[in-house]
Amino acid sequence: MIGSPDLVAFTKDDGFGEAFVDPWVLPEEFSVPLCTHGGNVTPWSATNLAKFTKDFILISEFSEQVGPQPLLTIPDDPRVIGTFDLNYFSLRIMSVDYQASFVGHLPGCSYPKINFVEDSKVVLGDSKEGAFAYVHHLTLYDLEARGFVRPFCMAYISADERKIMQQFQQLSLQFSKASELLKAGNRKAFATELEKKLKDLEYTMAVLHKEAERHKRNNGCYSTQAIEKANELANAEKSFHEHKDLLKQVKSFPNRKSKGPGFSTDSLDEPSDIADVDHNPIPTEFNLDGETEDGNSSHGLSYTPQLIKAKSAKCFDKRLKTLDELCDVYFFHQTMDQLHAIENIFRGDLSYIYTSQIEQVLLKKQKITNFLFEEVTDWDEEEAVKQICGGTHISESSLPCSILSGEPGIQETFISCEETLHIKIEPETGEEEIPETECRESSPCDTTQENSDESTYTEIKDNLSSGESVEVNEAEGHHTFQEPTVNSESFSSASNTKDLREGTGPMEHSMATDNATSFPNASDEDDGSVETCEDVVHAQVLPTIGQKADVHHRSVHEASPVIQQDTASCGQQEDMTDEAVPQASPRSSTFFFHRDSKQPLDLVPEDRTFSREPDASLLLRDLDLDGSTRKNLDDTSDNISCVSTSTTSEREMSPFPRDSPVTVKQKRRAGQSALKFIRQYPFAQQAIYSLLRGRTLVVLGVDEGTVRKLVNALTIFVPNLGKYGERVHPWLSCSFQLADLHNWKLVGLHRMASPTGSGMLHSLNRYSRYISILDTDNKTLRCPLYRGSVVTHMADHRTQIKRGGTYYMHVQSMLTELTSKAFLYTFCHHLHLPISPTEGLDAVALRRRDFLHHQWGYSEEDCRIVEFLSELIKNAYLQRPDQQTCPPVFCFNFISSLLYKI
Amino acid sequence: MLRWILGGREAPGAVEKSPVMVIGEEQPKNVFTELQVLKGHYDIVRFLVQIDDLRFASGGDDGLVLVWNIQTGECLQELRGHTQQITAVAVYSGPTDGTHVHLLTASSDRALSMWDPDTGNRVKTVSDLLSSAKCLLVLHHLDLWISGGNEMCMWDRNFSLLWRTDHHSDAGISAMIELPKNCIAAAVDKEIVIYRLNIASSEEDTTVSEICRLTDHQDSIRALISVSDQLFVSGSHVGELIVWDSLNWSVQASERILWGEPRPAPQAEIKLGAQKQSEMSVRHLASDGELIVAAVGSGLYVYNVMRKSVVAYRKTAHDSNVLHTLLLPDGQLMSCSEDGSVRMWELQDLPLPAEPASAGFFGMWTFGRSSKQTNQTMKKAQEILGLRMLELTGDLIGHSGAVQMFISMGERGLVTCSTDHLVIAWKNGKRESQLRSFDLFCKLEQNGGL
Repeated sequence: MIGSPDLVAFTKDDGFGEAFVDPWVLPEEFSVPLCTHGGNVTPWSATNLAKFTKDFILISEFSEQVGPQPLLTIPDDPRVIGTFDLNYFSLRIMSVDYQASFVGHLPGCSYPKINFVEDSKVVLGDSKEGAFAYVHHLTLYDLEARGFVRPFCMAYISADERKIMQQFQQLSLQFSKASELLKAGNRKAFATELEKKLKDLEYTMAVLHKEAERHKRNNGCYSTQAIEKANELANAEKSFHEHKDLLKQVKSFPNRKSKGPGFSTDSLDEPSDIADVDHNPIPTEFNLDGETEDGNSSHGLSYTPQLIKAKSAKCFDKRLKTLDELCDVYFFHQTMDQLHAIENIFRGDLSYIYTSQIEQVLLKKQKITNFLFEEVTDWDEEEAVKQICGGTHISESSLPCSILSGEPGIQETFISCEETLHIKIEPETGEEEIPETECRESSPCDTTQENSDESTYTEIKDNLSSGESVEVNEAEGHHTFQEPTVNSESFSSASNTKDLREGTGPMEHSMATDNATSFPNASDEDDGSVETCEDVVHAQVLPTIGQKADVHHRSVHEASPVIQQDTASCGQQEDMTDEAVPQASPRSSTFFFHRDSKQPLDLVPEDRTFSREPDASLLLRDLDLDGSTRKNLDDTSDNISCVSTSTTSEREMSPFPRDSPVTVKQKRRAGQSALKFIRQYPFAQQAIYSLLRGRTLVVLGVDEGTVRKLVNALTIFVPNLGKYGERVHPWLSCSFQLADLHNWKLVGLHRMASPTGSGMLHSLNRYSRYISILDTDNKTLRCPLYRGSVVTHMADHRTQIKRGGTYYMHVQSMLTELTSKAFLYTFCHHLHLPISPTEGLDAVALRRRDFLHHQWGYSEEDCRIVEFLSELIKNAYLQRPDQQTCPPVFCFNFISSLLYKI
Repeated sequence: MLRWILGGREAPGAVEKSPVMVIGEEQPKNVFTELQVLKGHYDIVRFLVQIDDLRFASGGDDGLVLVWNIQTGECLQELRGHTQQITAVAVYSGPTDGTHVHLLTASSDRALSMWDPDTGNRVKTVSDLLSSAKCLLVLHHLDLWISGGNEMCMWDRNFSLLWRTDHHSDAGISAMIELPKNCIAAAVDKEIVIYRLNIASSEEDTTVSEICRLTDHQDSIRALISVSDQLFVSGSHVGELIVWDSLNWSVQASERILWGEPRPAPQAEIKLGAQKQSEMSVRHLASDGELIVAAVGSGLYVYNVMRKSVVAYRKTAHDSNVLHTLLLPDGQLMSCSEDGSVRMWELQDLPLPAEPASAGFFGMWTFGRSSKQTNQTMKKAQEILGLRMLELTGDLIGHSGAVQMFISMGERGLVTCSTDHLVIAWKNGKRESQLRSFDLFCKLEQNGGL
């Protein structure tokens, strides 16, 4: 007899009918797995052995004089580095350079050849140090260096191994940009140096020639001296030709890589110069009086050639050029900006980075509406990046199934990463003639051998400089990482202190309790000290850590007692994590991953200039409260007037600097001010309504700081803000025109008691029907009435939300909902077109109204918001590149305004 | 409004109430809820002409004539060539085909030009005239055109001069209209000169002869329009409005518009004579065949030429002088003024004809028939009989300078030009939104979805 439970199971298995799929269930890729740790261990307090407090970028050099040495770190802050031994780590990272780069005599070639080698990209780790690094090796050229090359490397050092592994693609991409910049600058500098050297040689040759002649004339016969001179002359001549050839090579470097519009590489590729070098006849006579008219006139630089000694002193006391001397100054600064940008991009916890990447991917899909309220990124640029990566930039498939989960997720992620690498390489191999393929091909046999030996898919390759390092070549990466066997025992490599050990795969480290750390500190430091300050101003001290893991990664910061100096909080943080987690067995396992990219990574046009530490400065600007006032302010009582208004320059005060893109971070910070505004002004909803329906809001006031603060707060509500916040004019001191109302939807206006002021007020009065006026001095607002519900939810002054970031999220989610409704409204066929030919437009309009009022339950005012957003969507959708000449359309309504007072 | 912005220092009652009617911000009858600011001129824009359904041209003191697309707001052509300000613009479409139109322009550089608005080419030009032309008149049925400056010249399509009058006066011709039977009326200072064209078999032999001079105006004539085949109207600087017969050039009706002072009646009468006469100057006339609207000072005056009676009036329709008016078919009326606004009016029947309050609301007025009555007393009952009310239905505020002129492009919108160098296209927001939706779904279909 069949029991009913069996029957149930049976039917289920058989699948009578479709299995019910809950439409509200999150797709697999977005689900966050539960933390599997037991006890009181939170994901944020995992092992952290690192001696540094947050991720940083290290640039090191393998100096021919002193060996590996660290040159600089980004950020250049001793607190970040902590007690981390940079020298030691430089040694580690510089010892794994696989670049086969040299300048020398190739067989069959009389002159030295420059190999423009591609950079090598390596992942390397040291669990003893708690440091994992993406290492990017590159070679710069220096005439005075041995073999003309100076090996450098840039390393991104993090305590989170998985961050390095999973962001490898991105890191590689970003560092390649930096590297390309640096190398381009170096080529330019090298060419200049060569030109100088050539002039020196010319001069030397002329001198020697003359001396030889004199000897000949004086003695009449060949003396030893004369022969010596002749030899010297021959040497100089040879050297001259060699250098000339080098210069030609450098100048003929394929500049396709730097063809991006963002760079002015014009100075770099000067074909005329190449021609110059080619056709310059070897000077047999040289004006010894120092009047070097022909040599100098062509280059415009007054360079006095110097005599070169026969034996150039190759001694160790000579001074080698520093990094910035090796590189053209423009490119050097570009490189530094790029590195700072990298530091910025990868700041924070891995989950945070992933979340934002997922967000980016999703937003990119919403081409039609993402301009409304989202951070405007250059989607085209993203496209370019995608192409570079072979179409698998961050596709959903490569997104982490589970960032925090155990092995399977990691494994998969890594595999997909591997695949990406492959795809990347394939299309370019034909084009590039780099002889590294053989290196790859040689690997598999080694691998199999190793497999049999060690039951791990590993391989020891000590073929190159770094003796004990173990390499997984990407060719067999697949096998390796799909194999779940883990060599957890320490792989005793040959000998010495830095046992570079091959991690057979990330799974080894993934969730093994010791070093698989979700590394919180880096993320805590995310916004640095200032973030803390902000939180301190209004934060409620949450008692437990667990509660905080909810929304923000940086909420960990709040856990630490509130009022603290930044350094102290950092220190304490470290202590906390140390205590919380039992000391992991320092299994000095190192993971090493090597890839030679043959990929010419484009210098992606960066039209935005990365200012150094833009966020920090912004933050400081926003919160120019010093520590003492900070303590006294509590959440509710602080008001805008507290803000110091000492800074006067428009540029400085601007919450969103004109020339840098508006970022989510800035907006999130503005959320705090917005929250204050809502609490403080009972008519906040009306003001926000004005912004959402596209009616320009003028914030009028005498005090610049107050006005700017308010404008800053309200910015998060401005639709179609523009990449650089063009819709907002934070501080205006002159009268405005009608055309300005198109462009500015939020204006801070200076109330002045001067003739200009009256003119300005006149324009205010004149255009009063198009604008809403928020008077900060009298605390009044003049704007149309709002009776809807949308903004009421968005800006409830009794909101329980305490933190600006949270409030921003709340607003953003509501705006997203609005956006989707506007999208639906815009693209709903029957709302705009007649269904039947007999139907008139009036019937359609009626249906439209009915839809808004009854289907959505919108009030008249809410409808206006949706209609305005819909118009924006329509305009954006219809806009063609060739229609740029058309002036913008300015929509408004004839509706009466009310005056609100507090 | 301004007061509270200024900080509310003055008590609300301190400022004298403006007699100008002000409409609030709520204007349900105003359909122009969308605008486009068309930038392109570098100086005052004075002239607008409609080329076809879609295009119009603007001319300004910068010597530029720009051709615009009303639908997109795009500047289609820049007609460059004149070195000084444009003084007149006219559309020239020959009798052969009305489809291909040309633009005629006159400028202070004493040149006349013909342009092809499709290509932007200057087709024909003639320069170094004796005087710059102030007005242009195109006789479409004869394929001729006339320029009026200090002298009058007649041209054919190929810019060959057919005939020229002698030097008139320093004032020159200020306006010209075409009358039936190949006659032309030209306003020269205080006179209206009637010319007759003697059409010969060949164009070269066409001559013009002066028939007569009408000297009924006391002051220089500012406006001259043709109302119908039978009538034309002229208005002078001192507020005289004379209706003429187009055939025998006799005076059909004559009005002298005198805006009376509102309240302090007796003393004001004395002042009136010395008062700045520009307040009564008839700057512009517009007609729909039956009604004419006169821009008198800062007021509007609607007159029925058939019944020879005033229909409606508003002494202070604007804050400043009215520069241009337009009568729309359905009793709608528009006016623009130096105060920078365009106002839309509607002729409405007075709800209670004898209600004194309504009359008092927009001020007292007087007008006298110069021939008969000299006293300013009003006969209310008689006048109110046919009297209607000019009700403000909306205003368009956008320009920061005087609105020089406007043209209506039908349902596509309204175009205004101003001293602030701007041209503004005002459109029906609902219609435009609907059109954009159509475009959107068209594009959607083309793209095959999102």
